[in-house]
Amino acid sequence: MSTLRPPITPYDHVRGPADAEVALVEYGDYQCPHCAAAHPHVKLVERQFGRRLCFAFRHFPLNQVHPYAESAAECAEVAAAHSRFWEMHDGLYENQELLGPPLFLELARNLGISDLELSQALTAGTFAPKVRSDFLGGVRSGVNGTPTFFINGRRHDGTYLHQDLAAAIETHLHAKV
Amino acid sequence: MGQILPAGATAPDFELHVTPDQMLSLNDLKGKPVIMAFYPADWSPVCGDQMGLYNEVLSEFRKYDAELLGISVDGAWCHEAFAKDRHLHFPLLADFEPKGAVAKSYGAYREGEGVSERALFVIDQNGVIFWSYRSPIAVNPGADGILDALERLQPHGASHEHTTAAHHTV
Repeated sequence: MSTLRPPITPYDHVRGPADAEVALVEYGDYQCPHCAAAHPHVKLVERQFGRRLCFAFRHFPLNQVHPYAESAAECAEVAAAHSRFWEMHDGLYENQELLGPPLFLELARNLGISDLELSQALTAGTFAPKVRSDFLGGVRSGVNGTPTFFINGRRHDGTYLHQDLAAAIETHLHAKV
Repeated sequence: MGQILPAGATAPDFELHVTPDQMLSLNDLKGKPVIMAFYPADWSPVCGDQMGLYNEVLSEFRKYDAELLGISVDGAWCHEAFAKDRHLHFPLLADFEPKGAVAKSYGAYREGEGVSERALFVIDQNGVIFWSYRSPIAVNPGADGILDALERLQPHGASHEHTTAAHHTV
């Protein structure tokens, strides 16, 4: 059974309380259609469990098949440097069909990030090491495609549909009692 | 299902087409760790993901000086088209004639379906199997087992966490 190797740290992007009963970690790729399809299901799960759940997202760009995946991940990191990671994250998934430099610039502008800052960060690969570090942590944890979810450190081998994720999360909640 | 060759067994040598006009033998790679990834078929979704994942992890395998070989019963022309479509940067071996002979020699052939198992072997510098793993046919095994094995094989490799050596044997 594959388990999450790098624990959640302050370098992660986390939504919800750090000490929540259940931690859901997703390894995802912004150009992966399955990840975009999973996105609303994750949001439903977050809404359902509220403060009992925290959700962390890590990058797992499959660059050989998704040419914009790496830049999109780095864009999200630029936004994170402005404490706007989640807005960029949602914007990328919700507009996946438009993924590419014009969308990156537009989403960044909406968050008050200048074209110049974004382009420079992408050209210099400022956040490439962070993205790679997420990716390698995922590889060592047994991520075998995107999206891959871990619930309290254990790989979730069910689907990303809301009812499957919710049922798996329930199991962990009950296991704690 | 039979047993795949375990750690400690000598890796059977082979010579197979790696492109329509080139052959590759295991002996050619002596001195380096070799990763053999048997998979059932080009183009099927799970295999695609598995080979695609390994493609992304190649630079990590290379930190251990390891060579990755994908292998299935598909022919060399099929492999060529598949590798081109998925931008694969490692060789795919055609275990095509006699069909599945190499898979059989590793205990990784599925007689009923006529395809190889989804099985992984890490072979050491001297041609001895160091680690092997058979995954359920529909499950992409990921790359964590391979990297763990390479790490134990070469403690001076890319990473420094080689304290888990004892309890990982298959």
